[in-house]
Amino acid sequence: MNNLPASAAGFAALCFVGAMLIALLRLFRGPSAQDRVLAFDTFYVNGTLTLLMLGIRTASTVYFEVALLIAMFGFIGTTALAKFLLRGEVIEP
Amino acid sequence: MKRVARSVSPFLVLALTAVWLLLNQTLDLAQIALGAVLAVGLAWSASALRPVQTRLRRLDVALALTMVVLADIVSSSVAVGRLVLAWGHAREFRPGFLTIPIELRNPYGLAALAVIVTSTPGTVWAGLSPAGDALTLHVLDLKDEDEWIRHFKQRYERPLTRIFQ
Amino acid sequence: MITWTLPVWAALPVTLLLVCGGTFSLIGALGLLRMKTFYARMHPPTMGATLGVGCVLIASMLLSTAILHHPVTHELLIMLFMALTSPISAMTLMRAAMHRARTTPSSSGYTGP
Repeated sequence: MNNLPASAAGFAALCFVGAMLIALLRLFRGPSAQDRVLAFDTFYVNGTLTLLMLGIRTASTVYFEVALLIAMFGFIGTTALAKFLLRGEVIEP
Repeated sequence: MKRVARSVSPFLVLALTAVWLLLNQTLDLAQIALGAVLAVGLAWSASALRPVQTRLRRLDVALALTMVVLADIVSSSVAVGRLVLAWGHAREFRPGFLTIPIELRNPYGLAALAVIVTSTPGTVWAGLSPAGDALTLHVLDLKDEDEWIRHFKQRYERPLTRIFQ
Repeated sequence: MITWTLPVWAALPVTLLLVCGGTFSLIGALGLLRMKTFYARMHPPTMGATLGVGCVLIASMLLSTAILHHPVTHELLIMLFMALTSPISAMTLMRAAMHRARTTPSSSGYTGP
């Protein structure tokens, strides 16, 4: 009973790593550029969640900052890539 | 350079102070003061980016709408999950674009609508017509278009109109 | 590895939320492989970004509150940030895909307006 939440955290971490692997598969397979950007989006969201799981298993708050940073840079990356697909340049004159 | 009339939104100041306190995990008076000063400065420099002012008229309706949206996120997640795991005949669903005539004109209301639609699995915002009288959604399982339009207008558009107009 | 134990009032909801969040995210990512067109593939990963993130963050908040004996609300920040940003990137990506389909129709099976 006592380590039920810990096993649940392990299960969830496995699920997130599996989701990251699936996203990687889609990232390499394509076929179109927007598919790859969508796969990258899924990849970083699940990466953030995996880090939070590590934080739960080890009961430390160090991973929180890392998760926040990955969430921020992942969002900036996805938006910049999507903007590039939309216009051909990121910052318009 | 054109001068912009600037006004600091009190809601933004409150929200930024709250974020500062959450980030520092404290309720210390000195931190509250520092957060408030930072928030006023940031809200002032952001005010040039938000030229249109608006006001939440019905907070009770906004709260009820939040609950409805949370419930819809859960139920449509289950529906989308079933479509993903479906096998055989159940995979024959029809994704497609859906155009909905719309009366809501407030830009903040439209932004809230876009966030609601996009964060619900199964629907993605696909654009607003240039005249602003029709919006396009992409729907994963488009069974009955008229039913969808009625559901959408009654559940989301009417409360948002009451909140913002 | 396990350095903490939880009271029962926190253990049950935490377990349930973690299992739900993990399953929803995995099914959402699986949708990336199983859907046939790009537009259909847009939908399932939203599940991971909304319900997956929500479940995990509530569980994480409950857990750290129960272990450290004072309310920990750090995680609300990530939840807020994800709730604000994931619709923006999804909308930009949708517009980019529609634009590309209009200019180079061979790149995907475009059937929209």
